[in-house]
Amino acid sequence: MRACAECFLARRRTGCTDAPKLEPVLFTQAATLIANAESSDGFHAPSIWEFFPDAVLFAGTPFAITRINLIQMLATAVLVILFVIGTRRMKLVPGRFQSVVEMGLDFVRVNIAQDLLGRKDGNRFLPILTTIFFMTLFMNLTGVIPFLNIAGTSVIAVPLLLAAVSYVMFIYAGVKKSPGNFFKNSLMPSGVPWPLYIIIIPLEFLSTFIIRPVTLTLRLLMNMIVGHLMLVLFFAATQFFVVTLSGWWTALGVGTLAFGLVFTLFELLVAFLQAYVFTILSAVYIQLAIADEH
Amino acid sequence: MDATTVLAEVSGSIATVGYGLAAIGPAIGVGIVVGKTIEGVARQPELAGRLQVLMFIGIAFTEALAFIGIATGFIFGF
Repeated sequence: MRACAECFLARRRTGCTDAPKLEPVLFTQAATLIANAESSDGFHAPSIWEFFPDAVLFAGTPFAITRINLIQMLATAVLVILFVIGTRRMKLVPGRFQSVVEMGLDFVRVNIAQDLLGRKDGNRFLPILTTIFFMTLFMNLTGVIPFLNIAGTSVIAVPLLLAAVSYVMFIYAGVKKSPGNFFKNSLMPSGVPWPLYIIIIPLEFLSTFIIRPVTLTLRLLMNMIVGHLMLVLFFAATQFFVVTLSGWWTALGVGTLAFGLVFTLFELLVAFLQAYVFTILSAVYIQLAIADEH
Repeated sequence: MDATTVLAEVSGSIATVGYGLAAIGPAIGVGIVVGKTIEGVARQPELAGRLQVLMFIGIAFTEALAFIGIATGFIFGF
């Protein structure tokens, strides 16, 4: 490649007319530069293997604990400590810290549970919805906290567990209310001519009992995986442009750094939004399961 | 080696291209959901809160398709 560029320059100097156009050569040089850097210690493209780090403790046993597990434990511990401190000495006129905790709890109670399920059923399912919301929120937030840098929910175990809880919860809610009504509502929508039920019943079964938990899991998991990969990509590119290539490439590095910071803020929004969406969908599934008629 | 061979070389998982294609549909869908919500709020601003909840539910259902796209890339790409 280098020979190619040199011969191009030599031809330029000698005034040769059939010199190749400048553009492809520049592209070639850039490609070589990137290829060289990739082969050496330059650019570390993020990969899926970041979510399967080496075990830190108990390596080799079934209880191997990785960095991500430690982060999950940390998030859980912080959550528990915050709520224990926040609700230990409740006052009628809340202090600053207590009112923040109350605001968070009220958000789930009023805006999610009671809004979708009504006062009575909302309060019945409030504890589990609150747990789902805050567990997801805190584990998502570790994705943007410096030095932790990976979301606790970005390994499939956590979203799968939460989705399983939500799945069991809405089936339990429906079966407890009235089994016949629940299965009739979820499998046989009214107002359909009967021959169509041959097609509709399998489809509704698929969508209610299989697609629902799968999408709950995938939505949260993939949001966190993609968010992490995107941030790694931006910051790795910044490091590559500024440190490895330096020179004029630093200008591009500034751009990638700015995008990295913007996307960190975006991830903050996504962390909250995904916790909200997960909780609200669980509530909607319960609502559909305990509805009297469609 | 000329420029075309260097630049047009495809290596790694081709599944990423599939994901790019799979993101088109949900992108249009999310656009429609949000656009219609804005329209609704403009017509009836007092319903903004209610519509927002419905919007997020709609977005969640629509974008699930995009995430299934990413997941299949990871599942079948290896």
